[in-house]
Amino acid sequence: MNTSIHVSVGQVAASLALVALAAAISFWRKTDLERDIAVATVRSIVQLTAIGYAIKLIFEADTLLLVVALLSAMALFGALTARSRAKKVPGAFWPLLIALAVAGATTLGLVVALGIFEATPRYLVPVGGMVIGNAMTASAVALNRLGDEVAASRSEIEATLALGATARQAAAPFVRRALRSGTIALVDSTKTTGLIFFPGTMVGMLLAGAEPTDAVRLQLILLYALLGSVAIAALVATGLAYRNFFTQAQQLRDLH
Amino acid sequence: MLFELRDVSLRRGERRVLDSLATAIPAGAAAIVGPSGSGKSTLLRLLNRLADPDSGTVSYRGRPLVEYDPLALRREVSLVPQLPALLEGTVESNLRYAADLAGRGLDAERCLRLAGLEPGFAERDVAKLSVGEQQRAMLARALAQQPRVLLLDEPTSALDHATRDAIEATLVELRRALDISLVLVSHDLEQARRLASWALRLDGGCVAACGPLEEALS
Repeated sequence: MNTSIHVSVGQVAASLALVALAAAISFWRKTDLERDIAVATVRSIVQLTAIGYAIKLIFEADTLLLVVALLSAMALFGALTARSRAKKVPGAFWPLLIALAVAGATTLGLVVALGIFEATPRYLVPVGGMVIGNAMTASAVALNRLGDEVAASRSEIEATLALGATARQAAAPFVRRALRSGTIALVDSTKTTGLIFFPGTMVGMLLAGAEPTDAVRLQLILLYALLGSVAIAALVATGLAYRNFFTQAQQLRDLH
Repeated sequence: MLFELRDVSLRRGERRVLDSLATAIPAGAAAIVGPSGSGKSTLLRLLNRLADPDSGTVSYRGRPLVEYDPLALRREVSLVPQLPALLEGTVESNLRYAADLAGRGLDAERCLRLAGLEPGFAERDVAKLSVGEQQRAMLARALAQQPRVLLLDEPTSALDHATRDAIEATLVELRRALDISLVLVSHDLEQARRLASWALRLDGGCVAACGPLEEALS
């Protein structure tokens, strides 16, 4: 799997022609996305360049401390981003942060312990980044769904509490649905991978000149790692966040 | 006294929903009446701690509610909400869920009969019941816990006259067959007259009158 290619700034600049095309379509069909496309393009250049240099520094320093610092920062920003998508869940930040940290640590710990990857920055940084990114999306979707479910089902939840059920028992059907919706997108994309789309890692490796069988094997490892991590993240996020809808006396909080 | 309220107040945002309520609700059949927005349902929810007041004390059988385990309290003082809200599944699975929570053995047939439903309803999917049947299934589910007090929030508001009369007959029969107290919220004074012997009349979150039925409603 030892492959490397050089990509020039000129090649990147040339790819901006496709961004211009996207902006032109937006302008032509009046979808009013030109400004967003411009912001997205500038942000992608700045953010990816910055992270590229940061990763270069971490690779050169070759210390796990910097890997942990980088992944912690990613988990922090991931939790802040996911919180904005889970507005109906009170106090969503901590469940999200804990979910991302647990999903990242467990997944990376397992892939290292099973001897799949070496515990070096070259493996942990890119895999950790993918894991945390996917875990963020899954936990944000799960909590968004949880917030909607609880808001729409207050009478059912209160009716169950009125029987002397605990908050955990009353919330269980809604937590289950939220957990499912957080995980199902990746399960579905795993089902169709290779048929309807080529996943990013495989594409990147093929472009970099790797053997297709190597590219496929690495992609499979990453897909399975991601499946595990999104399940863990959605489980932890929903398992912690549902509590914030209830008081100590097992009452459904009035959030209005 | 079954329930005692001392200086109970509750706000929702800027609105004062209950304002320094002081009253006592005796065992037997009591009605809480008043116009919409007078705080009837809110008060009912305080009686089994689905909510707590901002200030004041609610007591049950002489002990402040906060001294009870809220889960055990709710199994003894069971609230049937205004709108049916059953769990997915059959009527029997709902009854079993409630009975298991209360640590009671389930006699589904008896619970269904007490609530005015034929035993054949046990296997019915709750999603396929009419609103009236769901309301009765809610009542049967509450009875599966063998509570000492039933709190009923507008139990017939969503029903036609014939179904309302049938549920009222069921409640009268329940009182006769079981040693159980009822606290009924209703906006319908005539229903209160038919079902209760004691009434608390609320207006704007305050006690307008309370006492024996005719005295409180006159």
